[in-house]
Amino acid sequence: MSSTAVELRNVSRYYGGVRAVDGVSLSIQDGEFFSMLGPSGSGKTTCLRLIAGFEQPTAGSILLHGQEAAGLPPYERDVNTVFQDYALFPHMSVLDNVAYGRMVKGVAKAARHREAEEALELVALGGFGARRPGQLSGGQRQRVALARALINKPRVLLLDEPLGALDLKLREQMQAELKSLQRRLGITFVYVTHDQGEALSMSDRVAVFNLGRIEQVETPRNLYARPRTVFVAGFVGTANVVKGDLARRLTGSEQPFSVRPEHVRFAQGAEGNRVSVEGRLVEVQYHGATSRYEVQVEGHHVLTLSLLNGEADEAALPRRGDTVRVAWAREAMVRLEPEGG
Amino acid sequence: MGTSSPMALPASGQPRNRLSRLVANVLYRHGTLYLLLLLTPPLLWFGVVYLGSLLSLLVQSFYTFDDFTMGVTPDFTWANYAALLDAANHDIVLRTLGMAGAVTVASALLGFPVAYYMARYATGWRKGFFYIAVMLPMWASYIVKAYSWTVLLSKGGIVYWLVERVYLMPALEWVLSLPGVGGSSLSTSNLGRFLVFTYVWLPFMILPIQAAIERVPGNLLQAAADLGARPAQSFRTVLLPLAFPGVVAGSIFTFSLTLGDYIIPQLVGPPGLFIGNMVYTMQGSIGNMPMAASFTVVPIVIVGLYLTVARRLGAFDAL
Repeated sequence: MSSTAVELRNVSRYYGGVRAVDGVSLSIQDGEFFSMLGPSGSGKTTCLRLIAGFEQPTAGSILLHGQEAAGLPPYERDVNTVFQDYALFPHMSVLDNVAYGRMVKGVAKAARHREAEEALELVALGGFGARRPGQLSGGQRQRVALARALINKPRVLLLDEPLGALDLKLREQMQAELKSLQRRLGITFVYVTHDQGEALSMSDRVAVFNLGRIEQVETPRNLYARPRTVFVAGFVGTANVVKGDLARRLTGSEQPFSVRPEHVRFAQGAEGNRVSVEGRLVEVQYHGATSRYEVQVEGHHVLTLSLLNGEADEAALPRRGDTVRVAWAREAMVRLEPEGG
Repeated sequence: MGTSSPMALPASGQPRNRLSRLVANVLYRHGTLYLLLLLTPPLLWFGVVYLGSLLSLLVQSFYTFDDFTMGVTPDFTWANYAALLDAANHDIVLRTLGMAGAVTVASALLGFPVAYYMARYATGWRKGFFYIAVMLPMWASYIVKAYSWTVLLSKGGIVYWLVERVYLMPALEWVLSLPGVGGSSLSTSNLGRFLVFTYVWLPFMILPIQAAIERVPGNLLQAAADLGARPAQSFRTVLLPLAFPGVVAGSIFTFSLTLGDYIIPQLVGPPGLFIGNMVYTMQGSIGNMPMAASFTVVPIVIVGLYLTVARRLGAFDAL
């Protein structure tokens, strides 16, 4: 039933000697909310621009609904983009901004204004059409950009860090709205972000980018629970990545593994089916619902615990400077591919 | 001042320092005084020297010139303005206006592509080269350039030589035979005058357009393309409207500079005065200051109307 909306086959984009995108292959299903997550400079935005047509690949092939798109200019692709800084036309009213995509297709003024008004209502901005983009707040501009990108009824919507410029509360609200909008419209969203929380909470699947390559493509749940590489474990959520001598001592192998802070507990003594290690408690941070404890083991290695506040007896918890033993279940450990692998 | 006092502030040590701090603090607390100090010299210059002389000009344009005594008396009259409507004077105004319009349109058409390339594509040394290439002609004396053009355009000059080499002489002769454009040779034709004017003022058109195009964010053009606009459409609907204030700014230069020029019309082109020549003649040779003043009011009014229209078009608030 589900067909492929966007497919990248071994796509590369070089700038001189810099490999911005380096042999990326991925396939995005129709109707999927797909996120491309990574630090700045990891190639995720370049990938989006390649799909939009603002860049052409140095090598490889891009298919939109099965049709080769490499070489096609943006105006001949059935995808639309929500830009990071909105890119609204400052000399046009909000209504004309939204209607722009219909205007260039030759739709008559009355008809395209009616469509634009509907699109504005879709993003809860009905009645704002007469204003100029400069008279709107950041969140409102974001919605206008969204309405403008949706008016051509694209089958794929590309979003380039659309919430990056908004404050935290507004961002959370917009995340929920974007997700429900995507569900209602049923179109494919390709969402670029450097915010792993955003990617986890909204996406059907997430591709993690690093140094122009894809490290892993997974559902948020699996990505968090079973990171494949050291980079993914560290970038998605917080993780204790253990490698080298300590890894050998605990598991008998130098292969790195990760264990999430919420799976680590203070322990009294060595327990049979659990892995445990002794160290010194060097830092305690209060985070409201949880507290973070940092335990230094074997000199430079720091293991982090996350405990729910109010769950344990406050008086029984260790204090900074105490020597403690921490432990976790064997099932909580995830073996990672070594870096560069 | 106890040297041992640990509370001594270092800045309060020297009297000169203390004075400048005092002045700075007073100015900081009294913003109006600060503003007044800053603005008084330029306002005096604008108010007295600049606007004052314009006002005195306006007043003198209502004075009476006595044809017999060749003297000016401060008696109020409309005669100088009425004289502007004489066929001969009327022609001068239209001739100047027509040339200013033609030069402006040509400069905009020639300047836009250059400005577009400079702002959007040229980088590094190419950009520097274009800046210098556009500005370099302004370093040479304007009169020298105008004179050089009379040589270039004269019969036996390099332009004629070139036209002959590419067998286009009949075409040139046909163009020169057109009424209103031609003349006996390029250097005595309106076409020649138009070429020189366009050459001299083109940089003043390129630079403001270039600055305006540079201010248009590149992602607006990407957004237009993304929404389905072909290059010609995004140019017409996004780039041109946003760069238009630059075109208007440039046109104000080319238009008003042509309107006020009196040297090029003397050196190149057919006989027939421009407003500037008329002012020069009236004021310099005849001593008819009132008539010169009324002639000077004409370009002021025209440019005033021009700016009003530009404003109505929304050219100034588009950015």
